[in-house]
Amino acid sequence: MRHIISILIENEAGALSRVAGLFSARGYNIESLTVAPTEDASLSRMTLVTRGSDDIIEQINKQLNKLIDVVKVMDLTEGLHIEREMMLIKVRAEGGEAREEVKRLSDIFGGRILDVSEKTYIVELTGNARKLDSFIEALGPVPILETVRSGVSGIARGEKSLQA
Amino acid sequence: MELTGAEIIVRFLQDEGVEYVFGYPGGAVLHIYDAIYQQEGVKHVLVRHEQAATHAADGYARSTGKPGVVLVTSGPGATNAVTGIATAYMDSIPMVVLTGQVNSSLIGNDAFQEVDSVGITRPCVKHNFLVKDVAELATTLKKAFFIATTGRPGPVVVDIPKDVTAHRCHYSHPKRVSIRSYNPVVKGHPVQIKKALGLILAAKRPVLYTGGGVVLNDSAKQLTEFAKLLRLPVTNTSMGLGGYPATDDQFLGMLGMHGTYEANMAVSHCDLLIAIGARFDDRVTGNIAKFAPRAKIIHVDIDPASISKNVKVDVPIVGSVDHVLKEMINAIQATEERADAAALGHWWDQISEWRAKQCLKYDRSSPLIKPQFVIEKLYEVTQGDAFVTSDVGQHQMWAAQFYKFDKPRRWVNSGGLGTMGFGLPAAMGVQLAHPKAAVACVTGEGSIQMNIQELSTCMQYQLPIKVICLNNGYLGMVRQWQEFFYESRYSHSYMESLPDFVKLAEAYGHIGMHINQPGDVEAALQEAFKQKKRFVFLNFVTDKSENVYPMVPAGAGLDEMILV
Repeated sequence: MRHIISILIENEAGALSRVAGLFSARGYNIESLTVAPTEDASLSRMTLVTRGSDDIIEQINKQLNKLIDVVKVMDLTEGLHIEREMMLIKVRAEGGEAREEVKRLSDIFGGRILDVSEKTYIVELTGNARKLDSFIEALGPVPILETVRSGVSGIARGEKSLQA
Repeated sequence: MELTGAEIIVRFLQDEGVEYVFGYPGGAVLHIYDAIYQQEGVKHVLVRHEQAATHAADGYARSTGKPGVVLVTSGPGATNAVTGIATAYMDSIPMVVLTGQVNSSLIGNDAFQEVDSVGITRPCVKHNFLVKDVAELATTLKKAFFIATTGRPGPVVVDIPKDVTAHRCHYSHPKRVSIRSYNPVVKGHPVQIKKALGLILAAKRPVLYTGGGVVLNDSAKQLTEFAKLLRLPVTNTSMGLGGYPATDDQFLGMLGMHGTYEANMAVSHCDLLIAIGARFDDRVTGNIAKFAPRAKIIHVDIDPASISKNVKVDVPIVGSVDHVLKEMINAIQATEERADAAALGHWWDQISEWRAKQCLKYDRSSPLIKPQFVIEKLYEVTQGDAFVTSDVGQHQMWAAQFYKFDKPRRWVNSGGLGTMGFGLPAAMGVQLAHPKAAVACVTGEGSIQMNIQELSTCMQYQLPIKVICLNNGYLGMVRQWQEFFYESRYSHSYMESLPDFVKLAEAYGHIGMHINQPGDVEAALQEAFKQKKRFVFLNFVTDKSENVYPMVPAGAGLDEMILV
């Protein structure tokens, strides 16, 4: 099953490689990983998306907690949460009809066109992973020149929060 | 007081009460060695290879409970130390390894003797640090000792660039340190302990399975008290030997791949397995699906990640072995409830039947020296009171099976990583920590050659270790597997061109003895152990065809042993 794990970790050199190294050494899979400092500059927050059986996820949580630099771990999948990912996608948009179609799709998905050239558009789109996938699907025959996705960031709903 | 980084390191080690540093100098640590030269508080032991420095520190730590300290230079100094660091990591041994690093300005430039020590050691340390500023040096060292010795212990590497050891700053010994992200749990949860107690009192066929955690946590006394209170059968892992007195009649011997018949049968048939400070290693469980199939399992461990990693447990208790055992003993003494004495009686009858198999029997009338016989005689001659280190292979298993350890910290072996070459340097650390004690290194002609250069260190420091080399001319455990599972195709398990070990020992200034008759074994051992001040290398020419029994083949259940 897919799990979204939030990690609060000391913002120190090598912290990311400790997490990445743990996953590769123990053969766990990383679907996506985002990391950036929090409002407290001494801490970084990671959101890690992984897949595995309940046993594996339990081990992942325990092994993450065991890392000395890790302050807190929360499996967001256990409760209500919000996940968001941002995508920048550059598509070929030539001719009135094609350009109209991309603009229309972008509007429907709540995206924004950030860059316009004679032959291309860059669309910015934010949502959960499924929404971004759907947008790509909806583009259909429109040629995609490149996509870049941020990976998932996640946060628990309501009172629950991940704090040092 | 303003000190250089190098002086801070040495002063810090003094202030921490560090007795010995095991190391080898080199360019990046020259400032530190200069500071060592100018003081007398910390004694430096010069090994002949950095791997031996880590094993010696490891032996020191295992036999004393205090952290072992290592100092090596950058590059090859650090990479040579990695095997010893990984060995300590697998067996949860408290150790602090100081590695020199090239000047900060050169890091990343592929400088002479530069490696990414923090990167290389990351998967085999509890934690590691790169010190970038002399102002952080003392607190980082304090953190390293704190992390290495608390919770589930382990090695910590501190990588120190050369310029940091030259820079000056104020020093005062940090008395304590706190790390917000590191707070190991010590106390077991009372609700879990109560649940465990319920299962224990209801059990009809209980077994206590204990590991290195009991030894590391100095809980042998509590374990014995607990087992005695309930008359529980006890089996130890290789790491756990000495955690329960081996001569006690409740002791079933070691379990696992080369465990005793009674221990493996008891685990396979028990209705309650109480695992304490053990981690269900594959060498212990055999085929997981067939492991303790009828049992509920209680697991006490300081490391939550060890619980339900390999085997699902019914009652997990995270906490220090010492604390949880004390709580359990108190709870048992407080309750009116008693275990089912009749059921326990039947269980012990069953165990006696298994014992009657005498699974450790061997041919005592052989004209050749049987390796088991050597260990039995070693046990007798040292009155069961020696520190025994071992290398890895058949001799290690025979030592574990035939030397009856009644006290913890007497059996020093590389259980998890299985590092050949561990025994001799480990014995150096043990002997330095216990100068008057009898220290034996049980080894084979294969393993001993992996760190044979340390014969020189033993001479320099006048270490009266006795090497018990069970020389069968084969990498015996490899040969045994090839005999059983590869139709006796002995691919590269035979060692040609062995040195004359007697002459070799003598070349280093030691005493060498060659023994090839069973009748001479005891006298040779007696003569060797009389040499209180001399290192003696005893080369026992043993039966080449002897195998370690019982044996649980790979993939089989514990009750599917090959017996002699």
